[in-house]
Amino acid sequence: MNDFTYHAPTSLDEALAALRGGGDGAKLIAGGHSLLPVMKLNLASPTDLVSLAGVPGLGDIADGGDSVTVGAMCRHAQVAGSAVVQARIPALAAMADGIGDAQVRNAGTIGGSVAHNDPAADYPAACVALGATIVTDRREIHSDDFFQGMFATALADDEVVTAVRFPVPARAAYAKFANPASKYAVAGVMVADGPAGVRVAVTGASGDGVFRVAEMEAALGASFSGEAVAGVAVSSDGMLSDTAAGADYRAHLVTVMAKRAVEACG
Amino acid sequence: MPTVTMTVNGMERSGNVEGRTLLVEFLREHLGLTGTHVGCDTSQCGACVVHVNGTSVKSCTSLAAQADGAEVTTIEGLANGSDLHPMQEAFREHHGLQCGFCTPGMVMSAVDLANQNSDPSEHEVREWLEGNLCRCTGYHNIVKAVQAGAKAMGGGS
Ligand SMILES: Cc1cc2nc3c(=O)[nH]c(=O)nc-3n(C[C@H](O)[C@H](O)[C@H](O)COP(=O)(O)OP(=O)(O)OC[C@H]3O[C@@H](n4cnc5c(N)ncnc54)[C@H](O)[C@@H]3O)c2cc1C
Ligand code: FES
Ligand code: FES
Repeated sequence: MNDFTYHAPTSLDEALAALRGGGDGAKLIAGGHSLLPVMKLNLASPTDLVSLAGVPGLGDIADGGDSVTVGAMCRHAQVAGSAVVQARIPALAAMADGIGDAQVRNAGTIGGSVAHNDPAADYPAACVALGATIVTDRREIHSDDFFQGMFATALADDEVVTAVRFPVPARAAYAKFANPASKYAVAGVMVADGPAGVRVAVTGASGDGVFRVAEMEAALGASFSGEAVAGVAVSSDGMLSDTAAGADYRAHLVTVMAKRAVEACG
Repeated sequence: MPTVTMTVNGMERSGNVEGRTLLVEFLREHLGLTGTHVGCDTSQCGACVVHVNGTSVKSCTSLAAQADGAEVTTIEGLANGSDLHPMQEAFREHHGLQCGFCTPGMVMSAVDLANQNSDPSEHEVREWLEGNLCRCTGYHNIVKAVQAGAKAMGGGS
């Protein structure tokens, strides 16, 4: 890993100033559980790392009635264990509880996860299915516009995610076929029946990152049952193929996970 | 070089580090606390687990700078003089180790679980140890040790 200058700002303004002062080579660090592994491989070599740990106001979970807002620095374990999330969006708490392992959940954050947009990460599917809004230091971005393909998002280089706001659905569930070693999704499907209708979002499967399955959403709109999606096949075009699963198998898993998620909605 | 200061096993320790110095490097190479092991350096094996402000984390995937000002506990900080910590005692009693390489991380992870759950089921222990790999024991006796150690701790460390 190449060396860098570490910054520990104590306000959002200071963090933004440090990001801008560091120029092209400056990056934020939250839990570091995606960034540090990438830096160890020298796939990223920032000149400056700006920690969000000391910035106040990013670690709260708030019940807003028809929505739940999760601060960007909330660790996965905090979301999984939150009484508010468990009561209002239990599918989100369960999803967070299935990320990686206990120590990954003690370090990794929701803000880091959405900003990194790993094609096998769980949060992108939850955000898109639930119709979440990503709140930054300067604007609000709907999930449909935020995630822009593998490791790509709508964020500007010096933009900080401050929170993610999830509309409370009538029902939702997540089903993941996890890589047995890392627990990242080989195929993960979040199904939500919420204010914007039924939405089905898939992670882990496609080389383009999270995507929605319109045909499944239409089928569930007509009849909300596992049977309704069991017959909807997804094309293997553009699916990832690696040691965990080939493209055809991944496409097959999407339908199986979608059926399980719908059935888990009860 | 920046200075970091943290409380390690109850004692304030400082050192000059590079930005990129990992917490595990600071513990092992600067402070000589070599009980914390590095098995993989790729965030997978859990041999490097320590507690930072009371929760278990992988010190190979944390910067020393991220722990500046924190309370850190390593395997060296568990025993009280020559009296083993109840979780260490349980690992000895139940033969929860063979070569011992994974053991510091296993014990630190297990203590974190036991602090939250004084009577974990076999399933809960196995789920919790997802991030701790052991190449020797086959996990069976580790699970027994963690259950016994959690009971012996009785909800406190
Ligand atoms: C062994 C292992 C297993 C894992 N398994 C899973 C899994 O099963 N499912 C899963 O979803 N993930 C998994 N992860 C990833 C983990 O959840 C990461 O912690 C998470 O994806 C990134 O969060 P972080 O806080 O660690 O971000 P960091 O690593 O600190 O940052 C990641 C990126 O986001 C940027 N960033 C961070 N915070 C912000 C912010 N607030 N605003 C703007 N940009 C920001 C950083 O600059 C960086 O580019 C795993 C990781 C490991 C090491
Ligand atoms: S050395 Fe840290 S997880 Fe293996
Ligand atoms: S006892 Fe040898 S690796 Fe676990």
